[in-house]
Order: sequence, then structure tokens, then C-alpha cells
Amino acid sequence: MADQKSQSAQAGQKSDAGYWAANVRIILVSLVIWAICSFGFGILLRPMLSGISVGGTDLGFWFAQQGSILVFLGLIFFYAWRMNKLDKEYGVEEE
Amino acid sequence: MDQFTINLLFVGASFALYIGIAIWARAGSTSEFYAAGRGIHPVTNGMATAADWMSAASFISMAGLIAFTGYDNSTFLMGWTGGYVLLALLLAPYLRKFGKYTVSEFIGDRFYSPTARLVAVISLLVASLTYVIGQMTGVGVAFGRFLEVSNTAGLLIGACVVFAYAVFGGMKGVTYTQVAQYVVLIMAYTIPAVFISLQLTGNPIPGLGLFGTEVESGLPLLQKLDQIVAELGFNEYTAHHGDTFNMVLFTLSLMIGTAGLPHVIMRFFTVPRVADARWSAGWALVFIALLYLTAPAVGAMARLNITEQFWPNGTSGEAVSVETIESDPAYDWMATWQQTGLLGWEDKNGDGRIQYYNDASPAMQERAATEGWEGNELTNFNRDILVLANPEIANLPGWVIGLVAAGGLAAALSTAAGLLLAISSAVSHDLIKGQLNPSISEKGELLSARIAMAVAIAVATYLGLNPPGFAAQTVALAFGLAAASIFPALMMGIFTKVNNKGAVAGMLAGLIVTLIYIFLHKGWFFIPDTNSFTDADPLLGTIKSTSFGAVGAMINFAVAFTVSKMTAPIPQEIEELVESVRVPRGAGAAQDH
Repeated sequence: MADQKSQSAQAGQKSDAGYWAANVRIILVSLVIWAICSFGFGILLRPMLSGISVGGTDLGFWFAQQGSILVFLGLIFFYAWRMNKLDKEYGVEEE
Repeated sequence: MDQFTINLLFVGASFALYIGIAIWARAGSTSEFYAAGRGIHPVTNGMATAADWMSAASFISMAGLIAFTGYDNSTFLMGWTGGYVLLALLLAPYLRKFGKYTVSEFIGDRFYSPTARLVAVISLLVASLTYVIGQMTGVGVAFGRFLEVSNTAGLLIGACVVFAYAVFGGMKGVTYTQVAQYVVLIMAYTIPAVFISLQLTGNPIPGLGLFGTEVESGLPLLQKLDQIVAELGFNEYTAHHGDTFNMVLFTLSLMIGTAGLPHVIMRFFTVPRVADARWSAGWALVFIALLYLTAPAVGAMARLNITEQFWPNGTSGEAVSVETIESDPAYDWMATWQQTGLLGWEDKNGDGRIQYYNDASPAMQERAATEGWEGNELTNFNRDILVLANPEIANLPGWVIGLVAAGGLAAALSTAAGLLLAISSAVSHDLIKGQLNPSISEKGELLSARIAMAVAIAVATYLGLNPPGFAAQTVALAFGLAAASIFPALMMGIFTKVNNKGAVAGMLAGLIVTLIYIFLHKGWFFIPDTNSFTDADPLLGTIKSTSFGAVGAMINFAVAFTVSKMTAPIPQEIEELVESVRVPRGAGAAQDH
């Protein structure tokens, strides 16, 4: 009995560790996109994108004033959807 | 009916609406009042969060800063929305799982140290007080215009109203009042923008009109704007002029600060489930984005309208005459705003015309010499008046102007009152009851809360008379302080095993270094003329005081990791606490303290 209990506790911890590693991976990927679209396309990479014109100006300006906000929205909803699915995959969702 | 009466009607009606809802909700159910958000749908909660979050800085100030600077001030747009990504991914779900009500409680428990909690409370107080100064600047502008008095008188009257509003108090906890405030605020912001976008581009959606074609010239709107401001010697609107490194740091400061401000984070503590905390952040950003996608259009279109009003015959023709300004109803806005002391013009060369141009530009100085101009004659245009003056400049109907006045006041008052409540509960509950005098009576606690509120508003009003910057810039300083102190502590509490001493040392280092850097540039305790440096020529490289929060956050992380490495690791039960906040399983209802 005691063995079984500690085994299942260990299995629980192991799956918790796997869950956390998967979560951190999703966060990192999302934050890379977050940074590329705001600091990248909006500021640092703007000169490289200057050839692509959008409504009287260039793509970098659009990213700085509108595009980045739309990407942020997409990222948050993606993360919520993906994590709520991950919770179920690892069986750690709320009752 | 004159404009003053219309404004009064709109402002009065909106206040009656908020108070009516507060009374109705209070009578309906007491438990809802305390549960503040539990059992409320993530969409409704998102809307309330958006109202809480969007203050005078977003509503009154931001578009004006974008209008007069152009691309370089995109930082506000990216910074104040990008922070929600950090909040949703790095903080909200875990703080909800932790399941208490305040940020300082999490820091106190996670770092098993009353000192950590105390440092967190002090950081929150410093950031919130700075934030209130920015709000008071906006309140002064809004009340000055709406009551048609000077900015100073507007600020003093506004301070009394904010104080009464905050003491009335509980309203803040009623989600549906905030939903009503959001609706008023967003209508007030978007309706004039739709009108103006239709006038200029024929497109009813301002965000699309911004990248559309200007009907009159047939040129893309932004190209036309670039052209006309360049002809007057100003920087091209869409081009990048400032320092790139500072722009990155400033954006990062605003983002990190967004995820470190207590009154926003608190909303995610009380949603029903961890899964809802994730969705709530998204819905909040949806409602915030409605304003933030419109703001750059408001800025660009207002700049175009203003420039064309001063140069009705084109930039190479004759400037507008003083006689026109005084007699043409299209220019009435100039006289009304002159009363507030926030707009000024002067016919320096006595030619009966007002030339608005950049007198620092060498090319324009040459033209001025040949044309007999003696400098820019639009001597004062306070950035914070742009959004409120915008519908008048575009000659929109009186009811739109009244609506904008109501919206500006809703934005400034709701956030200012919320911050005052946060300050007073931090002082009375966390500082006095938690640290100094645990045996204080309930009556004493309430009294100290009121005194704290009165002191905070007196200080904010005094400093609001000579603010360290335009509303959004002062608010940006508050974000820098939150970024340097609170966000790193919360993040390390969840993602690392940093110990109590590390957290305390990190928060103190981040807060103190950032505060000193700000005081060196903005004056000690924001008292004017006590500064040793200016943001035009900052102490370190090109880093302005508004951008320093990101550096402060790095210092916080570095100090915390170093000190933590050198001292004892965290005890077993804290290890378990960290493991438990990382998984949603077993999240109970949020507990009161």
C-alpha cells in the first residue's frame, strides 16, 4: 500500500514536471513571436522591411502602430486555448 | 443650447448612470459586492479590467503625444498592450492558483518574509502615487475645459471630486459600474474618431482610415501628413528620429510595468478558475485594443486637421489670420482652450496672421527671414488637450463634444479613485495593521485609510500643478517603478527558487536605483528645478528616465540571483508552494485575507 502510494505520488510528480516543461516551451515560443513582432518588426528590423509599403508608409510602421497589438491578441488567445488543452493531456485541470 | 450646458448634461447623466448602477447592484446582492468578479463571465470581467486600466494617460494624453511626435511614440501603443502578453503567460494563471487577494500577500508568503511583504507594499505605494500624479494632470485638463476655468482651478475642483468619489468608495468593487464606465469611455473615444475618419478618408473605421487615402488630395493619408509637416520644418510623421536603443528600453519598461501594477493583477486573483484567468487577460486586451487601434488614427488625423486649420491656403500660401480665428466659428475651440492656459498664440511680427511652423529648422529660418516671420506663433499647444479638443477642431456636433468630456472624466476618475483606494488600503491594512500596530481597532483602521487617501490626493494635486511631464509621461514613470520592483519578484517567485534574501535585495536595488535615476532627471520628489540632468541629455548614454524601468528590472533580477546563490536555499514547504502554483489542479476559491 505504502509503496503504491509513493509510486503514484512519484508518477504524479513526474507528470507535473513534464507538464511544466511543456508549458515553459510554449511560453518561450510565444515570447519569441511577441518580441519579433514588437521590438523586431516594429523597431529594430523596420529598416529591412521599408521596401514593403502599406497605405502610404511601410510595414514596420504598421507593426508598430497596429500589427503588434493584433499579434498580442492572437498570442494570448492561442496560449489560453493551448494550455487548457495541455491541462487535460496531463490530467492537471481543475475539477 | 450652448456647449457648456450640453457638456454639463452629458457629464451629469454619465455620473447618474454609474451611481444608479452602484445602488442597484448593492441592493441586489451584498455577496457580489465582496466577491468582486467571482461568477462573472470572463468577457464581462475583461471589460471591467479594461475600464480599470485605461486612465487619463490612455484616453486624454496618448493620442496627443503620438500626434506631435509620430512614429517614435508608437512605444506607448506597443508597451501598454504588449504587457498583457507577459501578464497572461507569466503571472495571471499562477497568481490565481495561489488564491489570495493581494500582490504583497503573494510576495510575503512566497518569500516567507514580512520584510519582503513590506518592501512590496512600499514599492506599490511609490508606483501608485506617481501614477495618481499623472491622473491628476489629466483631471485638471478635463475639468478646466469642461467647467471653462483655468487649468489650476480645474485641477483643484477635480481633486475634490476624486476625493469624494474615492471615499464613496465601494463603487470600485462593483463590476457593472466599471462595465458602464467602459461603454461610456469607448463610445466617447471612437464616435468622434469615426466622424473624423469619414470626413478625411471616407472610411468609417479609423484604424483602416489611417492607412487609407485622403479624399481631398487623393494621396494616402500618412503620405500627405508626412509631406505637410515636413514643409513646415517638422520631423516627418512616419519616420524614425529618436534613439533606437532608448525606444526599445522604453517599450520594454511599459510592458514589464503593465505586468507589475497591482490594480490590474488583482483582477486575475478573483476569477472563478485558472482557465478563466488565461481567457480574462485576452478579453481585457480585446477591449483595450478597441481604443489602442483607434488612438494612432486619432493622433494622425488630428495633426492633419490642426495643420490645415493654421494653413488654410496650403503650407506655401498665407497663414490663417487673427481675424478669422476671432470671428470664424470653426476656430471657436482656440478661444475656449485659451481660457485653460493650455493653448496660446501670439502675432509676434504683427502681420495679423498666425504662422505655425518649426522655428528650429534651418530651412524654415531661411523662409522666415524672407517672409518676415519672427518665430513660431502657436506658442503653446499642450499635448494633453488634443483628444478633448479634437471634436471641436473637426467641427463635430455639440453632443459629440459633450460625450468626449464625459468619457475623459470617466477614464481619469475611475482610475484615480481605484488607485487612491489601493493606496489607502496598503497604508491602513498592510502597513499599519500588518506591521506597525496589529492591535489597531477597525475604526482606527478606517480613519487611517481616510487620512492616507487625503494625504495622497493632496500630494498628487500639489505635484499635478507642476507635473514632471504630460499625463502619459508621468504615468510612464510609474510603470518604470513597478517594472523595476514588483514584476521581477513575482516572476522569480513562480519560475525560479530564489529565496527570501534574494527577493528583498533585488526589489530594494531595483526600486532605489530606478527612483534615484528618475529623481535625478525629474527633480527630487518631483519638485521642479531640483534635477541635475534632463531627459534631453541623460546621465547614462541615451537612456531617458522614463525608460529606466527596464534597466531597474535587470538590476533586480541580477541582484536577486546573486544574493540567493550566496544564502540558504528555500525551505521544503516553500518548494512545495512553488510546485503547487505551477499546476492548476486543486485551485480552490480565492480566499480573503
